[in-house]
Formats: sequence, C-alpha cells, structure tokens
Amino acid sequence: MSTFTPQSEDEIVETVQWALSEEAPVEIIGHGSKRELGRPLQTEHTIALSSYSGVTLYEPDELVLSAKAGTSLAELEALLAASGQAFQFEPMDYGPLLGKPAGKGSLGGLLSANLCGPRRLKAGSARDHVLGVRVVSGRGELFKSGGRVVKNVTGYDLSKGMANSWGTLGIATEITFKVLPAPETETTLVLRGLADDEAARAMAIAMGSSGEVASAAHLPGNVASRVIGGLLQSNASTLLRLEGFAPSVADRAEMLKKLLLSAGEIDVLGGETSRNLWREVRDVMPFADGTESPVWRVSMAPMEAYKLVASLRMGAAVDAFYDWQGGLVWLRMEGDPEAAAVRALVAKYGGGHATLVRAPIALRAALPVFEPQPAPLAALSKRLKQQFDPSGIFNPGRMVAGV
Amino acid sequence: MSGLVMPKPDEATMSRRAAIVAALREIVPGEGVVDATNEMRVFESDGLTAYRQLPLAVVLPQTVGQVSRILKYCHENNVKVVPRGSGTSLSGGALPLEDAVLLVMTRFNRILEIDYPNRVAIVQPGVTNLGITKAVEHEGFYYAPDPSSQIACSIGGNVAENSGGVHCLKYGLTANNVLGLEMVLITGEVIRLGGKHLDSEGYDFLGLVTGSEGLLGVVTEVTVRILQKPTTARALMVGFPTSEEAGQCVADIIAAGIIPGGMEMMDRPAIHAAEDFIHAGYPLDVEALLIIELDGPAIEVDHLINMVEAIGRQNGATTCVISQSEEERMVFWAGRKAAFPAVGRISPDYLCMDGTIPRKELPKVLAGMRELSEKYGLRVANVFHAGDGNLHPLILYDANIPEELHKAESFGADILRLCVKVGGVLTGEHGVGVEKRDLMPEMFNEIDLNQQIRVKCAFDDKHLLNPGKVFPQLHRCAELGRMHVHRGQVPFPDIPRF
Ligand SMILES: Cc1cc2nc3c(=O)[nH]c(=O)nc-3n(C[C@H](O)[C@H](O)[C@H](O)COP(=O)(O)OP(=O)(O)OC[C@H]3O[C@@H](n4cnc5c(N)ncnc54)[C@H](O)[C@@H]3O)c2cc1C
Ligand SMILES: Cc1cc2nc3c(=O)[nH]c(=O)nc-3n(C[C@H](O)[C@H](O)[C@H](O)COP(=O)(O)OP(=O)(O)OC[C@H]3O[C@@H](n4cnc5c(N)ncnc54)[C@H](O)[C@@H]3O)c2cc1C
Repeated sequence: MSTFTPQSEDEIVETVQWALSEEAPVEIIGHGSKRELGRPLQTEHTIALSSYSGVTLYEPDELVLSAKAGTSLAELEALLAASGQAFQFEPMDYGPLLGKPAGKGSLGGLLSANLCGPRRLKAGSARDHVLGVRVVSGRGELFKSGGRVVKNVTGYDLSKGMANSWGTLGIATEITFKVLPAPETETTLVLRGLADDEAARAMAIAMGSSGEVASAAHLPGNVASRVIGGLLQSNASTLLRLEGFAPSVADRAEMLKKLLLSAGEIDVLGGETSRNLWREVRDVMPFADGTESPVWRVSMAPMEAYKLVASLRMGAAVDAFYDWQGGLVWLRMEGDPEAAAVRALVAKYGGGHATLVRAPIALRAALPVFEPQPAPLAALSKRLKQQFDPSGIFNPGRMVAGV
Repeated sequence: MSGLVMPKPDEATMSRRAAIVAALREIVPGEGVVDATNEMRVFESDGLTAYRQLPLAVVLPQTVGQVSRILKYCHENNVKVVPRGSGTSLSGGALPLEDAVLLVMTRFNRILEIDYPNRVAIVQPGVTNLGITKAVEHEGFYYAPDPSSQIACSIGGNVAENSGGVHCLKYGLTANNVLGLEMVLITGEVIRLGGKHLDSEGYDFLGLVTGSEGLLGVVTEVTVRILQKPTTARALMVGFPTSEEAGQCVADIIAAGIIPGGMEMMDRPAIHAAEDFIHAGYPLDVEALLIIELDGPAIEVDHLINMVEAIGRQNGATTCVISQSEEERMVFWAGRKAAFPAVGRISPDYLCMDGTIPRKELPKVLAGMRELSEKYGLRVANVFHAGDGNLHPLILYDANIPEELHKAESFGADILRLCVKVGGVLTGEHGVGVEKRDLMPEMFNEIDLNQQIRVKCAFDDKHLLNPGKVFPQLHRCAELGRMHVHRGQVPFPDIPRF
C-alpha cells in the first residue's frame, strides 16, 4: 500500500506508467476532502496531488488563473479576494457535510467533482468556467486541451470532459479557470412562512423578473432554524439573493418587494449576514450533523422538485431544503436511503438525477451512488472511459461498478 | 485552403449511389430526398463559399425516427454523413463530401415547449437562433447568445459550433445556455443529455458535444435557458488615438469590476468602411473605437456609464458619446453590425478570420498584422470582441486575380499562428471545420490530437460522421486503442511516498 506524492508533471506521468506496467489500479486524490463521496475504492495505491501545487498564472486584468491541481482551493480563494475577484460559480465545500474539516479541497477535486454553489443558477458550475487543462491519461500520456482565453472552440472541449469525471478519466495536472469580479454588494430578501409549493412559485416569479436574482433557495421551518445561529427561527424562509453595485441592488430589492407583495412580509438581510447564510446553504450546513445518515443531492426542474419531496414525505421521515430556484434538493433521510423510491420519483416528475452524497460505506458499496443511466448512455460512458483509461487503472468503480 | 485535401471519396459508396438513394427514399418519402444535380446545388457550400462540393445525395428528415433510421442504415452500410443546419458556417463545417449523404435538419423547425416558470424553451434543431427569442419576447424573455447570423443560423448549428455573439462576455456562449439535448448516434441509438435540470449525473457529454462540429452525433432537440430581457441598455462610443489606450481602457473597465453587456473594438480601416456605409457618426480621426454597452436596471446603467466614461477619459479618449435614446444606441451598433458588408463594399471578396488572444497582446498582434499586410500586399480591417479577446480580421482580396485567394489564405494562417504564439487560439467561435483543420498542429501536438480523436472513437468508431473536418488526420480507432506499456521500469525511487 503506497501513496505517491509526485512533485512534478514528469513524476505524475512516471507514476501512471508504473501503475500501468504493474497493472495496479490507483486512487487519485487531491486532498481527499471528498474521499467519502462516491462508491468506495479498493485500490492498493494512491496518487495524491497535494504536493503538486502552486499558482502558475494569475492575471486579474485578463480574468484568468492557472494553478497546479493540488493547489488548495482556500488558498486560491484568498488570492482572488485580494484582487476583488472570485470563482463566480462559488464552489461548495463538502468537508463539513462529510464530517471533515472545512477548507480542504483542491483545484483538481473542484473540477473532477464539478463543484458549484447557490449562484449556479446565474453563473453556472465549474464546467462553465474552466478554460483549459493539462491531463495525464490512463495511457500514461500527458495531453492538453483548451487554453487561457474565454472564447475558444478549437477542437473538442476536453476541459469540460474532465468536469464531474471524479478522477476516472485522467489526472488533471494543471487547470486554467476564468475568474470574475466579486460582487460589490449583496442583499438577501427573506419571504416568510411559505409552503414548499408556494415557495417554488415565488422563486419562479422572482427569477423570471428583471430583478437579476443571483440565487434563490427555500428552507422549510425545521431547516431554517439551523442556519446563521438560529436568526431565521423555525419559520420557513424563502431566500432571494441580489448582488451587484449598491444602487442597483437597492433598486431591484424594491422592485421585487412590490412584485412579491402578495407573498406576505419580507425581511432583508445585508452584507455579512447574507454572505454567511449563503455559505451555509452552499455547504449544506443544516445537514452537517456529524452523522452518516444518508444525504441525497437531487437536481430536477425547479417546478417539479417540491412534488418529489411531498411524495417522499408520505412514506419516509425526510428533511429537505431547496436551492437553485427549487431545482436542487438536499434530502436527509432518517433511516434507509430509499434509493429506489427517490429515483422513481425523480423519473416520475420530469427527470433529473439523484446522487447519494453521504452514506455509510456499506451502503455506498451496495447502491449506485450516481444516477444510473439508460443503456445507450451507460454504454457511451463506458466507451469514453475506455478511450481515456483503457486499462481501468484510475479510481475503478468510483462512479459505476465495473467501470 | 485552396490546397485543401479532402478524404479520398470511396468508389464503392459512389457506385452504390442509386441503392443508397432508394434506401433513403424508403425512410423519408416524397420530397425529403434530393438527388438531382441542379436541386443539390443550393447545398454545395456553406458560409465559406470559396469551397463547393456536391454531395452524394441530400436527405431532409422530419422526425427523430427518420434520423435514427437514416443513421442506422448509413452505419450498417458504411456510408458517410455530413449534418447541416442552415449552412452559415464560416469554417466549412457543413461542406458536403462527394461520397457522403448530406443530412439537412431545416425541417426540424418547431418550437416544442416554452416553460416560463422553469425558464427554458425546448426546440427542434432547425429553429433559428432569433426564432427562439421571437417566440418568447412577448413575455419579456430572450435567448442570450446572439451570433450576427442569428436571423439565419439554426440552434442545432449553434450547438455544433458553440457559437457566440456580442453579448457572450456577460451571458456566456451556447455551451453555457444549453441545458439539454436529444441526439442520435451514428448507430441510430437516441440519447438524451440533461434536460430542464442542471448539470450531469455523470460525464459532461453536453459539454463534449457542444462545439463538436457535427462529428459526434446529430442533434434532434435542444433545451435552452431563456432569460428576462434587461430593462435598460445604453451604449458609449469611445475613440482613442492608439489601440494601446483603447486596450488599457478595456482592462481598466474590467478591473473596476464592470462586465459590460457588450464591448466591441474596431480599428481605423473598419471604422472608415463602416462609417462610409452606415454614417453612424463614427469619429474618423481615431485609431481605435470602442462601443461599450451596459445593460440592467436604469439606475445601474446610469451608475456604470459614468464610471466607464471616467475610465475612458483617464485613458486618453478623444471622443466619448453616450447614447441618449434607444435610436441612438441602435445607430452606434449599426456600424459595427454592418462591418462585414461594409468591408464587402470596398473589396470584391474578403476572408473573415476568428482567432482569440489574451487581450493585453492586442497592440503586438495589430502591429504584426500591419507587417503581414505589407508582406502580402493585402489590406486588413479588424473588428474585435474586445472584452474576451476574440479578433475578426477581415482580409480583403479579389478572387478574380489569380493567386489572390491563396495569398489571402496564407495571410490568414499567419495571423492565426501569431494568435497562438501570443497564448491565444485558432478559433474563438467559428469552428475549425475545413478552414483551420490543417492548422490544428500549431496548437496541439500529436498526443493532444489523438486524445481528441479518441473521444470521436467513443461516439463513432467508423469515422462516418463529417470526416475530413476538424482533424488533419483521422487515425483509425483500432490503431489509437493500442497501448504501449513499458514493463520493468524502475518504479521511480525518487517519488516520495508513505
Ligand atoms: C457520490 C459521492 C459520495 C461521497 N461520499 C463521501 C462520504 O460519505 N464521506 C467522505 O468523506 N467523502 C465522500 N466523498 C468524497 C470523495 O470521495 C473525496 O473525498 C473528495 O472528492 C476529495 O476532495 P479533494 O478536493 O480533496 O479532492 P479529492 O476529494 O481528493 O478528489 C475529488 C475527486 O476528484 C478526483 N481528483 C482529485 N484530484 C484530481 C486530479 N488532479 N485529477 C483528476 N481527478 C482528481 C478524485 O479522484 C476524486 O474522485 C464522496 C464522493 C462522491 C462522488
Ligand atoms: C454573416 C455571418 C455572421 C456570423 N456571425 C457569427 C457570430 O457572430 N458568432 C458566431 O459564433 N458565428 C457566426 N457565424 C457563423 C455561423 O453562423 C455559426 O457557426 C452558426 O452556428 C452555424 O449554424 P448553421 O445552422 O448555419 O450550421 P451549418 O453551417 O449548417 O453547420 C455548422 C456545423 O454544424 C453541424 N450541424 C448543423 N446542424 C447540426 C445538427 N442538428 N446536429 C449535429 N450537427 C449539426 C454541421 O455538420 C457543421 O459542422 C456567422 C456566419 C455568417 C455567415
């Protein structure tokens, strides 16, 4: 059992070539912050990118940043903040939910897990901001794709191909991202006491207005009490985040208050409180309870997701809250993960996908953690994997058993 | 490109033409199959008109079932297929092949669903880009990516090319605005990627397929994000004595945290051509002109206009006009939008290039272009998506002068090489197609290209879909699949492990 910590791109290539010659599957980790996510691996060896780190290019004027894959995300965010910039897609931190310390993720892990946050609605996820990659494939070859400019359609976009591949296609060694100015001001409007279906409608109205709402989430009463030190009390809270230049934020807040007059009283949270609230929503803090009780991450059409929750509640004890205008549901199950029921309801209400992001290891080994795909698509996924990693040495079985 | 070599037509396929046409007629009855030479003429080229080729036959299916059966037939019978939307590609992506069926998607022209609460529209691929906006604008919505060809180009073609437009700096490219696709693989299998929900359960096939230039599958349905139109838009027209100052102005605007809805630059030749044509009131004594549009709530736009004006003045702007009405804003844009036809007035022919560069390299690249212009004895005018570094040099030439097309193409290739040299890329939005195919090695080595072709192999291992495009050489998949493992190497004693 060895863990390799290569210090250079050449060493990463060498390590992979060695693994190939030994026919030894390897687990790829950045900092291992999301290691308990996905199907458990049984590889003898590990390649840890944590020592391959450092920023290789940061040009704030050009809105571009490149860094080696093992670079700590927390470090990068601090660097960007010093220039008033940010990853606009707000990568979440799985650490607290998975019972680990916060602030541990790596840049490679960010792309491999296609991280994002509440601003996903307006700004997209990691896949929407990645500009270029250097990757060591499962053939032990170093290839590059993309570049350092925003507009680029030269060849296939293998950078996006690496997104959400969970280390099963290749080892990203260096990644280039588009970065953007951090919003100058933020404010959150809080609608109180709405039921899930009413909240979905209110969020749809807000998102469909010219209010340029950056994030829209709904916390049912029992979840609302578990964020920002209980400030929201146990009163269902529908959150609308406005960002931008101060005069614009104030103007849009007024417009939205009028538009949503019929939804009842509206509270306003500013600055630091608003920022903390959205960070807690992003990192699923209401379910970061130190347990292993199953947690699902479900992505559906915004106007359908609450129906899934209502149906589930009839048969099981479940805690839920919504992000992305209602289209992202975080579900915490009291007992059994109810995988079959959850997935049947996703299919029934217009489709989407459900990922079992937290569960005891035995369950993650026994259940498909990622949404199973229809046969032709599953076969295509398998063929893609084969084209990148023909010997199946990278994270075997992490996403799908046998792939 | 005038020396363009396409894959050698397969004699066996050509000799089976009658049987192939008959099989297609069985799948798509009536006028859906075109095989008469004079009727196929309209399809012989796309927006890259320097190249023409009649296809083996043209088929215009109307249902997904028909597309599936056509592809299955072609797969089983080893017949090549070139997908085509509206045929506005500027890189020859839809250029027919002599031994390939041209699969034209224009009859897929229906809007299937508009869902305002979920803010998506589901459309067939032959619907035009502008057609989507037209269908939702009465509710105040629009589809954001806006290629200049939006009246004509199809959303399926936009997906295949990952098209952009003036507003992409703020609102993203096609890839960022497409949520779902239905597509048919060359085997005839139908797959669905994404939908009304966000992100993928597994590999990001949506990301791989967007921009794949018709080489991976045929798109039969597209789900796009629709957005509420900004309440206000105003534009500034700012002129500078040098392109360096204009470039610095762009950098300073972005450094101030402002992402304009659009930010376009024109150089002197482009300004003059546009002004002579449209009379937009462009200043003729400047080297570079910026048109900067700010959109959003009125109060925000006013706030930002003042900031941008101040930044312009600090950078030595000699003119700065702010639009006071919607009409005036449109006039500012009219010149820019007519830049291509304006150049068409001063030259019998022109080639439109499409490189992207890191913005700070603009002065160097413009200077390099001036030198090349002298070397080749051809004029060049530049329009530039300044915010994201996407250059459109228009090379002026006369196809009636022998060798001039060839000279223009060599000039264009040199410009693209220069773009790559300063850290940029060959194409920002028009695609590789046949036009930039042979320049791919300027950007990618053999390992890079082979890995891209392996993606193609996962979708189409017989290389039947749109061969001869994008890749200078399509290696056989079996060859690419071979592994060369070096056994018995010293397992790097020097790599730290624990
Ligand atoms: C469905 C699911 C459920 C999970 N459940 C749990 C759980 O219950 N408890 C828990 O502790 N963790 C869980 N994990 C976490 C996960 O397995 C890793 O711990 C976590 O991803 C590590 O984050 P990181 O940034 O440190 O990068 P890693 O966590 O080290 O890497 C994240 C992913 O990216 C890949 N990766 C990292 N760097 C690179 C690179 N340079 N190139 C290519 N790929 C790379 C990894 O192989 C991994 O698949 C789960 C993951 C998934 C997908
Ligand atoms: C005057 C003019 C201005 C332009 N301005 C811009 C601009 O501002 N920005 C920009 O990005 N582009 C621009 N273009 C280029 C062009 O309009 C775009 O590339 C457009 O997306 C092509 O769409 P189309 O329907 O015409 O596709 P076609 O030209 O028919 O085909 C283009 C490619 O897409 C493939 N394809 C088409 N439909 C499908 C389908 N259903 N399934 C699979 N593959 C398919 C074809 O095989 C081909 O490779 C401009 C072109 C012109 C002529």
